Amino acid sequence: MAPVGPPRSGDAIFSSIDRVNAELFTLTYGAIVRQLLTDLEEVEEVNKQLDQMGYNIGIRLIDEFLAKSGVSRCVDFRETAEMIAKVGFKMFLGVTASVTSWDADGTCCSIVLEDNPLVDFVELPDTCQGLYYCNVLSGVIRGALEMVSMKTEVTWTRDVLRGDDAYELQVKLLKQVAEEYPYKDDE
Amino acid sequence: MMYVFNRNGVCLLYKEWNRPLHTLNPQQDHKLMFGLLFSLKSLTAKMDPVNADKGNLGVPQLPGQGCSFHSFRTNTYKLSFMETPSGIKIILVTHPKTGDLREALKYIYSLYVEYVVKNPIYSPGSPIKSELFNTALDQYVRSIS
Repeated sequence: MAPVGPPRSGDAIFSSIDRVNAELFTLTYGAIVRQLLTDLEEVEEVNKQLDQMGYNIGIRLIDEFLAKSGVSRCVDFRETAEMIAKVGFKMFLGVTASVTSWDADGTCCSIVLEDNPLVDFVELPDTCQGLYYCNVLSGVIRGALEMVSMKTEVTWTRDVLRGDDAYELQVKLLKQVAEEYPYKDDE
Repeated sequence: MMYVFNRNGVCLLYKEWNRPLHTLNPQQDHKLMFGLLFSLKSLTAKMDPVNADKGNLGVPQLPGQGCSFHSFRTNTYKLSFMETPSGIKIILVTHPKTGDLREALKYIYSLYVEYVVKNPIYSPGSPIKSELFNTALDQYVRSIS
């Protein structure tokens, strides 16, 4: 069996999997956010809820990502971030992102999205200025990375809906969790 | 027979097609299997003559650290093993003369993704009860054996 290197982009996988109509996707997401705003009333609570939903998606999505992309493991966090931006985003959202602003020890970086399919047709009204509309994405990344033993913190640093010029997620690696023997001796 | 474990040593699925002898109760059996793989993985990484990055024997490894084994063979059976970076372990125990099963394990992993992970009713970390997964798996295993 010839060794197959990890994919450099998600294009091939993106074109081979089933997709839903982009507008349907965008509108569905909009409807969820809308409903959360009605139900929870507090913008802060909505942010939290979106993040939690994303997390729940992420812990499942990682398996699909691994199975379809054939990625085995990344040597370091830099490669992980590249993988998310180039392969992950392409596979699941159909866009690519770029990775910038590394800190000195390679544990913190920014993922910049030029194009974000979640926010077509969206404008934040004055009453929702504190809303991180795409907070679900940060949750997805956090959940997915947690399943591959990386505790991370993901925060939005730029958001077009709040008047910035791009979408920027800061991903910070907190620690890598070692594999542990899960049973106690006396069990 | 086949086992699926998650990172925490929970046996998500155990299936047997042909297993003439049971010596332990299922719980002990699963625990022993998981323990064997866990220790063997640490051992194989320790014995690796190529890679210097191995850590100490018995000390927990970071995921992905060290090398990994994919099968071993005794005179009565062969055990094939696959571990994903997300900690899912898939184990097939087969006839000793079976060939390389790595592709089969990958395929089973993709079945797991389709039928288990994408099932919204399934809560991650609990034993798999999906009929659909069972049927698809059974069909596939029968087709390769």
